[in-house]
Amino acid sequence: MPRVVVDVMLKPEILDPQGQAVANALPRLGVNDVATVRIGRRIEIDFTGEPDLDRAREIADKLLANPVIEDFTVRLAENDEPAETRP
Amino acid sequence: MTARVGVVTFPGSLDDGDAARAVRIAGAEPVRLWHGEAQLHGVDAVVLPGGFAYGDYLRCGAIARFAPVMEKIIDAAGGGLPVLGICNGFQILCEAHLLPGALTRNQHLHFRNRDQSLRIEATGTAWTNTFQPGQEVLIPVKNGEGCYVAAPATLDELEAEGRVVARYVGGNPNGSQRDIAAITNQAGNVVGIMPHPEHAVEALTGPSLDGLGFFTSVLKHLVGAPA
Repeated sequence: MPRVVVDVMLKPEILDPQGQAVANALPRLGVNDVATVRIGRRIEIDFTGEPDLDRAREIADKLLANPVIEDFTVRLAENDEPAETRP
Repeated sequence: MTARVGVVTFPGSLDDGDAARAVRIAGAEPVRLWHGEAQLHGVDAVVLPGGFAYGDYLRCGAIARFAPVMEKIIDAAGGGLPVLGICNGFQILCEAHLLPGALTRNQHLHFRNRDQSLRIEATGTAWTNTFQPGQEVLIPVKNGEGCYVAAPATLDELEAEGRVVARYVGGNPNGSQRDIAAITNQAGNVVGIMPHPEHAVEALTGPSLDGLGFFTSVLKHLVGAPA
């Protein structure tokens, strides 16, 4: 499958209250050795033809990420990377 | 001639009815604009109302920014058309790069709904010229993602150029940097505000009539504006 994966993360200097809320909940699970949790978004793009990284980068820059508050990375999906990872 | 003020309805807009009503109470003719139509119907100004346009999917305002009507609004705003973005409308203006910065999740993670005091600091804009500098107003705030953030250099620029239109006083409801509640572009025709002036235009339903000033301001601006 000609798939491109885009990962969008809040910039390090932007507060991530959602990640903080998760981090604060971890002690309730008995987990006490986690310093921080940051939450981002993974987007899978399937092209009809060959995967086009430049086009994916353009999509990410214009729509998927807001460059004011977010950074993104674009990569080809590994062949053995499952579309969905479920246990 | 009565000024015609467009109010855009996106799928998921909530406050378009109240915004149109506020326009009418201020003495102008509200013109309903549809998100899917690349048409401004010759309006003299535009209000982007509150709500959850396109379900706020991806990020608030991220998809609305690409609505056909927005292409026209972005062009016209560049030419001086007064545009007021309220709440979700403010988010759309930031996503459309008509205003700098971004609106993120409230720092405390709670949706905040209350009557909020604001200090109006910039009275030279198309939407605030009937206020006195430093005037305090009381209008409702209701948002989950109203925390204004921008790079420190951008914040300094906004302050230096007098583009912070309003600040929260008596408590910051969402963690916005430097207590910013509203900002404007360099020309002063585009204003984004997180609280809701359209909900403070009638004694029966609002905590004050202070919100009306935003809508009467644009009428005053249009009368004074060169044709």
